[in-house]
Amino acid sequence: MKRLLTLAIAFVVVGSTCGGAGPATSSPTAAVAPSPSPAQVPLTGSITVFAGSSLTDAFKKAGDQLKVKNPGTDFTFNFGSSSTLATQIINLAPADVFASADEANMQKIVDAKLNDGTPAIFVSNRLQIAVAARNPKGIAGLADLARPGLIVVLPAPTVPAGKYALESLQKAGVTVKVASQEVDVRAVLNKVTLGEADAGIVYVTDVKSVGAKVTGVDIPEQHQVIARYPIAVVKETKNPRLAKAYVDYLLSDDGQRLLAEFGFSKP
Amino acid sequence: MRAARPPFAIAALAAIGVAFFALPLAGLIYRVSWQTALSDLFTEEALLALRLSLLVSIAATALGLLLGVPLAWIYARVAFPGRNVVRALTTLPMVLPPVVGGVALLVAFGRRGLVGEWLDAGFGLRIPFTTTATVMAATFVSMPFLVLTVEAGIRSIDHRYEEAARTLGASQWRIFRQVTLPLVAPSLFAGAVLCWARALGEFGATITFAGNLPGVTQTLPLAVYIAMETRPEVAIVLSLVLLLVSLGVLVALRDRYLRLD
Repeated sequence: MKRLLTLAIAFVVVGSTCGGAGPATSSPTAAVAPSPSPAQVPLTGSITVFAGSSLTDAFKKAGDQLKVKNPGTDFTFNFGSSSTLATQIINLAPADVFASADEANMQKIVDAKLNDGTPAIFVSNRLQIAVAARNPKGIAGLADLARPGLIVVLPAPTVPAGKYALESLQKAGVTVKVASQEVDVRAVLNKVTLGEADAGIVYVTDVKSVGAKVTGVDIPEQHQVIARYPIAVVKETKNPRLAKAYVDYLLSDDGQRLLAEFGFSKP
Repeated sequence: MRAARPPFAIAALAAIGVAFFALPLAGLIYRVSWQTALSDLFTEEALLALRLSLLVSIAATALGLLLGVPLAWIYARVAFPGRNVVRALTTLPMVLPPVVGGVALLVAFGRRGLVGEWLDAGFGLRIPFTTTATVMAATFVSMPFLVLTVEAGIRSIDHRYEEAARTLGASQWRIFRQVTLPLVAPSLFAGAVLCWARALGEFGATITFAGNLPGVTQTLPLAVYIAMETRPEVAIVLSLVLLLVSLGVLVALRDRYLRLD
């Protein structure tokens, strides 16, 4: 029994070192290139990016772009609520890059000294009122959300979007009778898409992501709350070069253009 | 029954099995911050959620008894074409991911739903985001437990008692009330408690169909999920309460009504 266990452990250890050596096996290809200086050594291997769920589509596309430019690289993603992701990273989940939808959750990583370098704000997001397609209830702004009989859902005040939505309503001096505090912006959007709610406050990027099923009503500048998204390489990364390359790409002009396509604003 | 001494391999695997279930509970107990446990438990949101959970789970059990007992009796006593299909249909929520159940309820009883649209237009009745929706979600996922338990109970009754009542001229309804029901009392009780425990723990269908609003639709499991985002210590205390209540119920039940010997 004990011997069996030892064998099993040995197997797991050998297996994982083999996995770790994976990128190294492709180094002969690197050697073929004419005398590469260290900076020009092609990027190889894979990283796992942990990112707030609002970044899902944009980050996948950014990964695809980098993969085309750097054959032999691979990107996997773990999307979720930023606070859940922060908890996972603090409990040493294998993350190489962390992008949070708010600064508070990035701060948790910084406090745990798990970041490599100062987190950079790489993008921002704005709030919008999501209403049914073509806006049948004629909702023109935040003040209309207080209309009696209107079913309004918001993200729960415990998630960043919910916090921002309340701040925005406060700035506009509007008190809303909320039907439900949904667990995340996605759930708010679903309730509007299904026609169960008349309106909800979500990010501009969320409205954009569902296309024609939902119409977005703008919130004027003075009532806006801007969500700032920080990104950082995680200290425990096994592939710091690729992790940094991913972050640098998002901060580059190309990366910013790509993010803008999905409705994100400049940091 | 003679107590057997289990072979080592069986005992070892069984011990791993127990550890698999006991360790998460131990983990929760280990993580509870005991200094603040009481104040965490007596926050307004926690008390609201606890009260709503009790109300909703009891209502769901009552509804389950009202609709589930007749259903169980028919499954056990009346042979009709397609019985297996109908029974499978009413048992489906046991294997369905609760979130899917919630979506199904929404497209049936929601404002744009199959029945909901008509309820809204005809009576101005809107179910989603109300406590009614919470009770419906809980009933949807928990009633199958009651139906299956009671059906098994009715099937195991000795037919002859009911036959004797019939030969004495009792009506079917009277036999059901005065012979069948008292005989299945233990399974009725067991089924009701299982149903209640499942209703108490219900999360997925509730959050999808009823939404989440403190005091109206935010039951204990929803409060745990929401608290996990910002105040994990509150979430852990609430989870522990939920776990201990359920554990107590299952222990009591096993001893008195689910005895296998």
